[in-house]
Amino acid sequence: MDWQGQKLAEQLMQILLLIAAVVAFVVGYTTASFRTMMLIYAGGVGVTTLITIPNWPFFNRHPLKWLDPSEAEKHPKPEVVVSSKKKSSKK
Amino acid sequence: MHSFGYRANALLTFAVTILAFICAIASFSDNFSNQTPSAQIQILNINWFQKQPHGNDEVSLTLNITADLQSLFTWNTKQVFAFVAAEYKTSQNSLNQVSLWDAIIGEKEHAKFWIQISNKYRFIDQGHNLRGKDFNLTLHWHVMPKTGKMFADKIVMSGYRLPDAYR
Repeated sequence: MDWQGQKLAEQLMQILLLIAAVVAFVVGYTTASFRTMMLIYAGGVGVTTLITIPNWPFFNRHPLKWLDPSEAEKHPKPEVVVSSKKKSSKK
Repeated sequence: MHSFGYRANALLTFAVTILAFICAIASFSDNFSNQTPSAQIQILNINWFQKQPHGNDEVSLTLNITADLQSLFTWNTKQVFAFVAAEYKTSQNSLNQVSLWDAIIGEKEHAKFWIQISNKYRFIDQGHNLRGKDFNLTLHWHVMPKTGKMFADKIVMSGYRLPDAYR
């Protein structure tokens, strides 16, 4: 997932869960059935899981541009220089 | 939000937090229910009234209990626990409460009932103060919710009196 996708996933998750909770409470209260409320909410959690957790393609619409491997070879990593002062103290 | 585990954790935590809120609101909605319970208790017979070997009075009663507790049941009610207690005053204690009968009512349909029984639990005094004693019979109930706060209340019925002599 790219950055935009992650933000979208988080927002979707929060909004879907809130909607599931509100719908569950309203339906449960009006039908006077606690069980209905719990079932609707559980269903809502399941649907939210399916939508936000797997790595769907629509979460990757702004992919990150990593550096090309051939480009990386042209700019090698700088070498770490060990100073002579340190070596003498180790003796 | 960069991995399955991260997203699954966030979702689960948020879902459980919201579940706690739903249950709290469901419990709060119980305050808006209109509760009109009613009850009547008749003492049909004093079976016997004696002094025990240790010196304590004991009485056995046959009670006729009629009650309608259906309005106590809401969508958030698991069960109602009801009990009848005899309450009276003695020189030793300002309030004595002796539980005579109780029942667990699991469904609304069973909450309107009529029952005629002798006392389920023994009516024994702390001492020998029961002769000629005036007492109240109180029906207490505890409404146990599926989630949240438990409500308790009672109806006091007065005007009962034990005989002046042992039988």
